[in-house]
Order: sequence, then structure tokens, then C-alpha cells
Amino acid sequence: MKFSLQKGSGPFYATLFVFALLYAGAALHFPGFAAPGVFVDFFSDNAFLGVAAVGITFVLLSGGIDLSVGAMIGFTSIVVAVLIGKHGVNPFVAIAVALALGTLLGAAMGALIRYFALPPFLVTLAGMFFARGMGFVISVESLSINHPVYTVLSEWKLNLGAVQIPLTALILLAAVAIASYIAKYTRFGRNVYALGGNTEAANLMGLPVGPTQVRIYAFSGFCSALAGVVYSIYSASGNPSAGSGLELDAIAATVIGGTLLTGGVGGVPGTLVGVLIFGIIQTGITFQGNLSSWWTKIAVGLLLLLFVLLQKFFMRGAAKA
Amino acid sequence: MSTTQGAASAIQPAPQKRKGPSPLLWPLAALALLLALNLAFTPGFFHVSVKDGRLFGSLIDVLNRAAPVMLLSLGMTLVIATRGVDLSVGAVMAITGALAAWLITTSHAGVPAVVCMALGLALVCGLWNGVLVAFLDIQPIVATLILMVAGRGIAQLITNGQIITFENPGMAFIGGGFFLGLPFPVTIVAVTLLITALLTRRTALGLFIESVGNNETASRYAGVNSAMVKVAVYAFCGLCAGLAGMIPMSDIKGADANNAGLYLELDAILSVVIGGTSLDGGRFQLVGSIIGALIIQTLTTTILSRGVQVEFTLVVKALVVLAVCLLQSEGFRQMAGRHFVRKAA
Repeated sequence: MKFSLQKGSGPFYATLFVFALLYAGAALHFPGFAAPGVFVDFFSDNAFLGVAAVGITFVLLSGGIDLSVGAMIGFTSIVVAVLIGKHGVNPFVAIAVALALGTLLGAAMGALIRYFALPPFLVTLAGMFFARGMGFVISVESLSINHPVYTVLSEWKLNLGAVQIPLTALILLAAVAIASYIAKYTRFGRNVYALGGNTEAANLMGLPVGPTQVRIYAFSGFCSALAGVVYSIYSASGNPSAGSGLELDAIAATVIGGTLLTGGVGGVPGTLVGVLIFGIIQTGITFQGNLSSWWTKIAVGLLLLLFVLLQKFFMRGAAKA
Repeated sequence: MSTTQGAASAIQPAPQKRKGPSPLLWPLAALALLLALNLAFTPGFFHVSVKDGRLFGSLIDVLNRAAPVMLLSLGMTLVIATRGVDLSVGAVMAITGALAAWLITTSHAGVPAVVCMALGLALVCGLWNGVLVAFLDIQPIVATLILMVAGRGIAQLITNGQIITFENPGMAFIGGGFFLGLPFPVTIVAVTLLITALLTRRTALGLFIESVGNNETASRYAGVNSAMVKVAVYAFCGLCAGLAGMIPMSDIKGADANNAGLYLELDAILSVVIGGTSLDGGRFQLVGSIIGALIIQTLTTTILSRGVQVEFTLVVKALVVLAVCLLQSEGFRQMAGRHFVRKAA
């Protein structure tokens, strides 16, 4: 690998700095923005985006790309809704089935990418069409989930006195914590970084490049399926068109979080901060009141540009050092 | 993504000049197969009627509806040939459509002036992408992702979040008119294809584009201004997207910033790949991309006219993408070959 993880954390601190700056600015500007409840909403409102972005982070770290995550959210959420609503399946079994399906689809895409040397862009594009299409085949309409267990899941909150944290936010935090651990302290995680740094070198070092690549896409498939489950809990429904275009938001959040699309540099905590920046922008525009929602897109585009330029700056600095 | 592939391909020997059948063979065969299936199973698919000197029928419909993606795929082909990609074309379509509709409703400018201004804006969008890629050395996927995300916001800014509708026969002609019996969009595609083919195959430009895609460093040492070549192809791609944006805007007599050109960037990339241009760059097939776009549209029209549930369209599309990718993959060909040999032995 060209750069050590230490040097690669420059963009992460930049992201953290921008997050703090935006938060402080918004908190000073809008009364009530600094309330702890608003902060918790950043997590719960963007939980499914965040969980999907965690999976995408691994894919981007390895130098690949996954366009299928948004469609996967629609697919798994409708699978869960139909299994519970129309077939009377136990919600936990339905969730397990959805997670298994997502992992399987991800693994299949990974295998195609690895063993036939197909471009990840096209394979995951096919995966996106497939998942979105299957979602619509299962049900064209969105379907609400009326099951006592689901009511409990979507209404349960962890009471911390000052704030109450919904389950979806906890799932996001757990996913980030576990994925950070996997990325930093397991053999699989280090292989991902090695692959993204230089696939040839990783191969020559004797790292299991093939199995790792398949596992990366399986992991991303699992995360996006989990994101679909989170969506179904958050909205108490399944919707085949949920998460449309979300893959690009997830990629943008990951890049803003300091992960390089060329692979090898970045990390999961940065992605969480990237997702929170999304949350600040959206909430800030809602608080502003007279700004229309399309400013979100323009702001995100500008931030993306800013961070890509910052990354260039950091990479040049690292190359000189 | 491109780095790892680049590293891998740098080690492999340079691809030999293809001596086999024309690279257009496979896409043409696929299109022929689709048409043959329709000939056999869809009654009236090949029926073309003449009404008021205008042609009507499923085939004409395919040509007409494929026009925006065909235009996009022309620009995209050149971008992909330089080992890049442009994700922003759908958003650029929305921006130019929005600007044209806004100008035609609020100003007294004539249709040619409005179209020129819209295309000018599209050119600026393309230049922006090109500068990010060529001079700031940002990966094409990220560089164009910026405009893709922000572009729809900009389009909504122009339309103020509304769907702008207009009544203007001149503007409506672009997408809904007929020329020489064929829908006017078909003429736009034909002229654009002709100009693009002349510019790239009758001048050294095509060679420059391919050399930048093959090996940028080597082509720079050989005296090719690779940065300018890249800026030029992205600018051209933006221009094509602007042209493509005129068609749906004129067709529905309005600008829908949310839905105009939505996901068409993916269809355009798909057309290019189906048409035989590899995402690894270095070689391109303009006519192949046109055939690719026709294959996608024929597939969609077939599914619709066969009475298959619309929901299956995406699933079928996924399988076609996969099949095409596998057919073009060396690994799959070898595996299929081995299997065949073992059976024969």
C-alpha cells in the first residue's frame, strides 16, 4: 500500500471539522437546532442510508463500486412486508430471509466480478435492475406492515433520560461499530485495504484476493438488505421503489467521509460522519423554511466537490512526504 | 475501480489487433435475434403504415423512442473510449430541458435561439466535467457524480420546482414533428452520428481519443495533448446530452426537472457496452452503440407489446446485461470453450 492508514486519516479529520462547523453554524443560526432530539434524528432519519453506506465503504475501499444498494432496499423491504402481511410469516424469520437473500445476491455479484473479471460497474448495475425488477414483480404497490412485533420494533426507544433513541438509530450505530472493528482488526478487513491499495501486490503477497472480493460484495449485499429491514421498521411498510437513487447518496456520503474511490484509503467512521453531514444539510434546510428541498442536492454536490478537491490536496501532501 | 483494472491490464500483453469477425457482429446478431423473435411471436410488429406521408408502426416507434439514448450513447462512447464515464448526462438533459422550457415561456427569443442557448449550457456542463477530469485529475465517476447529484437541483432551480409547460409549435416539432416521413428525432440522431463519425474517423481525432484511452502517458509522450482530448470528449458528451434533453421536453411540451432523463445515463452506458466498446477504453464503436440503444429499446417495446407484466422489464434487462457482459468476458469464453471441448472428447 502506498499510504499508511495514519496518513490516510487526514480527510477524515477534515470531514469531522466540516461536520462540527456545519453543526455549530446551524445551532447558532436556528433556535432549537441544538436540541438533543434533533441530533438523534440525524441518526434515525438517515439510518437506512447509513447502513447501506457502511457496506459501500468496504466496496469502495477495495477499489470496486456497488450500484445495487438502493434497489436492494426496495427489494428486501417489500420481501419482508409480503412475507409478514400476505403469508403470515414470523417477522424475525422474514427478516432473516431478507438478510439471507441480500447476502446471496451480493455474493453472486462478487463471484461474477471475480471469476469472470467483469467490471463491477456493470455487474452491480445488472444487480440493481434485477433487485428493483424483482421488487416490482413481488408487489407494485407499497404495503404497510401491521404486526404487533413490528409495532413494538418501530415504536421502541432506548430511554436515556434526556434523549430517547429509536431502534433504527441503534442499528446504525451497531453496524458502524461492528464494521469499524471488522475493517481495522480482522484479517478480512486488512485484506480489503490491501486489495484496494494494489490488487497485484495483494495477489503476489499471497492474500486470498478472490474469496475476499466475493466476501466484500456479499457484505455489501448484507448491509443493503439490513438497510431495507431498517427502512421497513422506520416506515412500518415495504415499498418496492424505496431507496431509488440512494446508491449515489451512499457513495457521496462515503466519499465525503474520506474514503477514496481508488481504494485503499478511508474508513467506516468517516462514512458515519458523511451521513450525518447529509442529515445536517437536510434538517438545516427544513429549519430554514423558505429554502426549497432541491437546495439539498446542490449543497451535497458542492460538498462532494469540496471533499474531492480536499482529498486531492491531502494525497499530494502524502505523496510529497 | 479503474486503477486496479489498469494495473491488471498493464501486466498483460497489449491486445492484438482483432482479425476475427467485425466487432459489430455480436450486437447485430442480438438485434436480429430480437427482431426475429418478434417476427415469429408478435403479430403486427413489422407492420408499417403510411398516414399523411408519415410512417407509423412498432419499428418506427422503436427508432423514435430510442433517440434520446442513441444521442447520449454517441457522446458516452467517446468518453468511455478515453477510459472515462459520464454519469451526469441524465441530469444535463434535465437542466437543458428546463432552461429551454423556461426561456420559451418567459422570453421572446425564437426557437433556434432558445435551442442554441440550451445547447450552450449543455456544453458548459460538459466542459465542467472535462476540466474536473482532465486538469484536476479527479476520477471520472466521482467528477461526473458531482454534476449528477447537483444537476437535478439546478434544473429544479430553473423551473422553480414546477413543471413548466408551453404551447409552441416550433418547439414541439423537435420531439413530435416528422421529417422525410420519419419522426424528427431520428433525423437528429442520423445527423449527429454522421458528424461524429466524420470527425472521429476522417480526422486524427478518433486516433487521439483511442490512444488516450489505451495509454495516456504514452500518448502524451507521443505529443497528443491528452488533457485537451479529454476536455473535448466530455464537452461533446455534454452537448449530446443537451440535444437529447430537447426531445422529451419538446415531446411532452414541458420540462419535468425530476424525471427528465432519469436513469438514462445507465441506459446510455449499457448501450455503449452492448455495442462492443469496452469500459477499459482504447477502442470505440459508434455504430455499435447505436445498435446497443436499439437493442435496449426493442427489448422494452417487445416486452410491452407481448403483454408481459411491465414489472418484468427490469429483470429481463438485468439478465440481458449479464449475458452481454459474460459473452464479452475472456474468462467465460474460455470456460465455455473448455466445457465444449470436454464434451466433444
